[in-house]
Amino acid sequence: MASTLLTVNGKSQRVDTPPDETLLSVLRNRLDLIGTKYGCGEGQCGACMVLLDGQATPSCQTPISEAAGKKIVTIEGLAQNGRLHPVQAAFLETEAFQCGYCTSGMIVASVALLKSNPNPSPENIAETLSRNLCRCGTYLRILAAVQSAAKKGAVK
Amino acid sequence: MSARRDPEVAEHTVPILHWFSLDRRRFLKLFGGGLLVAAASPDASAFAQESGRARQSQELPKDLAAWLHIDKDGKVTVFTGKVEVGQNIRTSLAQQVAEELRVGVDTIRMVMGDTDLVPWDAGTFGSRTTPTMGPQLRAVAATARETLLDLAAARWNVSRDGLTAAGGKITDPASKRSISYGELTRGEELVKTLPSEGATVPVTPASEWKIAGTQVPKVDGREFVTGAHRYASDMTRPGMLHGKVLRAPAYETKLTSLETARAQAIPGVKVVRDGDFAGVVAPDPHSAELALAALAATWTEPPAQPSNKTIFEYFKRNADVGEDRSEPRVKGSVDEGLKSAEVTLSKNYTVEYIAHAPLEPRAAVAEWAPAGDKLTVWTGTQRPFAVREELATAFRIPSDKVRVLVPDTGSAYGGKHTGDAAVEAARLSKAAGKPVKVVWTREEEFEWAYLRPGGLIEVKSGARKDGSLVAWEYHNYNSGPAGIGTPYDVANQKIQFHPVKSPLRQGSYRALAATANHFARESHMSELAHAVGMDPLAFRMKNLSEARLKAVFEAAAEKFGWARRKSSSGRGFGIAGGVEKGGYIALCAEVEVEGGKTGGRVRIRRVAAAFECGAIVNPNGLRNQVEGAIVQGIGGALFEAIRFENGRMLNPHFSQYRLPRFPDVPAIDLVLLDRKDLPSAGAGETPIVGLAPAVAAGIFEATGERRRGLPLEGLAT
Repeated sequence: MASTLLTVNGKSQRVDTPPDETLLSVLRNRLDLIGTKYGCGEGQCGACMVLLDGQATPSCQTPISEAAGKKIVTIEGLAQNGRLHPVQAAFLETEAFQCGYCTSGMIVASVALLKSNPNPSPENIAETLSRNLCRCGTYLRILAAVQSAAKKGAVK
Repeated sequence: MSARRDPEVAEHTVPILHWFSLDRRRFLKLFGGGLLVAAASPDASAFAQESGRARQSQELPKDLAAWLHIDKDGKVTVFTGKVEVGQNIRTSLAQQVAEELRVGVDTIRMVMGDTDLVPWDAGTFGSRTTPTMGPQLRAVAATARETLLDLAAARWNVSRDGLTAAGGKITDPASKRSISYGELTRGEELVKTLPSEGATVPVTPASEWKIAGTQVPKVDGREFVTGAHRYASDMTRPGMLHGKVLRAPAYETKLTSLETARAQAIPGVKVVRDGDFAGVVAPDPHSAELALAALAATWTEPPAQPSNKTIFEYFKRNADVGEDRSEPRVKGSVDEGLKSAEVTLSKNYTVEYIAHAPLEPRAAVAEWAPAGDKLTVWTGTQRPFAVREELATAFRIPSDKVRVLVPDTGSAYGGKHTGDAAVEAARLSKAAGKPVKVVWTREEEFEWAYLRPGGLIEVKSGARKDGSLVAWEYHNYNSGPAGIGTPYDVANQKIQFHPVKSPLRQGSYRALAATANHFARESHMSELAHAVGMDPLAFRMKNLSEARLKAVFEAAAEKFGWARRKSSSGRGFGIAGGVEKGGYIALCAEVEVEGGKTGGRVRIRRVAAAFECGAIVNPNGLRNQVEGAIVQGIGGALFEAIRFENGRMLNPHFSQYRLPRFPDVPAIDLVLLDRKDLPSAGAGETPIVGLAPAVAAGIFEATGERRRGLPLEGLAT
């Protein structure tokens, strides 16, 4: 077991885990942050994406040792004082989901995208989010939600 | 397998009918008074009819199923065995209850898929929720409304005729008095049974809907954008362990030896073996994975089994074995029809096995009561009551000792009819004496969940030069009978489904075999149109008298600009349509084929589709379903296929099994035809069936190449 100091959603906490445990497993099973999902365990679907120092990162491919010292933000850390992040609000308003299982990863990836490119073209959005799978096929709504969040100046 | 069964009917038939007993004590314990609308079970119905007096004295008949409850604060709870897997019925059903009860959607709580609380239900499949559960809940809610009107009339000693129900209150316009539903039911222990079949409940016609028929937002949408919703795979219980199941290396192998010492040496790990079943439990999933990897197992060599190369030949050779066969549907004489034909065609079509790949894999948390006599399982399934039976059978306990709860699930698409993970978690939990969670890996999903059947379809047809269809012979091997009939007018037809014992585990998939059958039928119709030198739309319309199908063809063609299309080398257009499960779809597609060449990669540029399913309950939800089905359909149309050989899947990973992603999605123009004069039909399945044949027809226009196998881009290697 190794003791690691993690900063998750602005809170620093120590976790004791095997050194090679994934960040996804730590978040879900040790910190009860279940909004981050398992979809494939191979970094192919994006359901497990979290922000690592602002970068959208598949947490299933991130050993906890790599997350130490970085600012980790999960879907649970996006809303502030009960106010939805503008990207969350846009997904809700657009109903850019069906079963909702991909939604956390899609929102996290979109937040990172808008941070680096506040005015993405549809092609930019499609390319960036091509790492994320939505099996219900709501891509066009997700595209509309990201565009709507961008228009409203989601990231300031 | 029973003789001559229709697989689709068999799939929808569950023999055992259970209703939970609801006596007065239980009523009070569950609901604490108020108004309950219930329905008697078939067994209890005779009792209920004879015991009108008994009900007046508030003695409840046993075996009542509770459908709707209104508490002392006017809060409404609705009980249904249907489950939410992304098709938006938690919202669309609540809308229909709100409509009849004249309350806001936010006063309604839907209890779904909890076998201890909800009336028995066969499951959520076949697009049945909207046409069956919708009317059922509307009748239930209307009964509640009428009862509330009766209560108010009695309280005020006035005629009920002048009273109105609106905004959660009963109002007497004459005296300007009003009373809330909560006040009316406070202190009561009222049970109202649904009128028997045939008796009418005054439900609101769609033309007068104010809440149903509107774009009510998803009732718990916020839970999904904040990550707060707990799927089955997110459930935890105190003291819960994590389980993993040892999988065979292929179908048709047996466990011959198992060395467990290394796994047992990992702290907290326990190995469980029961015949061919072996698994591990550990305090955390990481240790469970390590323990599973530490098991050393040997297996018998799998026997030779078919592969993608041999499968279609296998279907043909192994069809209709023994008693398991279905009769052809015959009309007129195909031989006579072919004799009168001026143009004849005979073509074969194939579809590969594909996977549902729901993003949430199979998952379950199982917990036995300390005495071991009651099992509770949280799992993602489309059939909670069937899973309850599966568990009761597996552990030889009565089904009322099993409770299955289905949290809103990370999609299913027909792929979650069974309780595999539930049985596994329960078996491990029984051995561990603690709650156990099992979540399948993606690889397990691909290898051990069931698949959309592969199939071979043979079509022989004849037409006159004026475009009239005169003969239609159609044989489907293995893929299934759903959507096998033709909606076109053909005097001479023979249509037959040929069951095969599939070498791979197969089952339901969104729209069942309607996708394969529409691909074959509509592709063939386009080929025949070409053979007689007609426009593919005009050829269809000439042979079609079904007005609702014609209407969607016209609407899709207009939206798409079908008449103005101009194909060129590398760019083509296709059209297809059909009717299935009460929904009517027509779809036009514009496709590009790389280099305009035979075998070139395909891009779907633009789609226009028209869909009609009677009165629309939630236009935005419907739009989402239709768009989603079309997008999901891209995979099966162009590139999805399970590759397999000798009982082994060769591409059980997202990196090897391509699914539709953002760059694959075309522009989609939708027309939804709202027929308020017709009953609402489901929409979760049928919109998927139009894409593949339209794209195949577009490829022909672009290249002159007929591709007759799904996926149209062939098997990736």
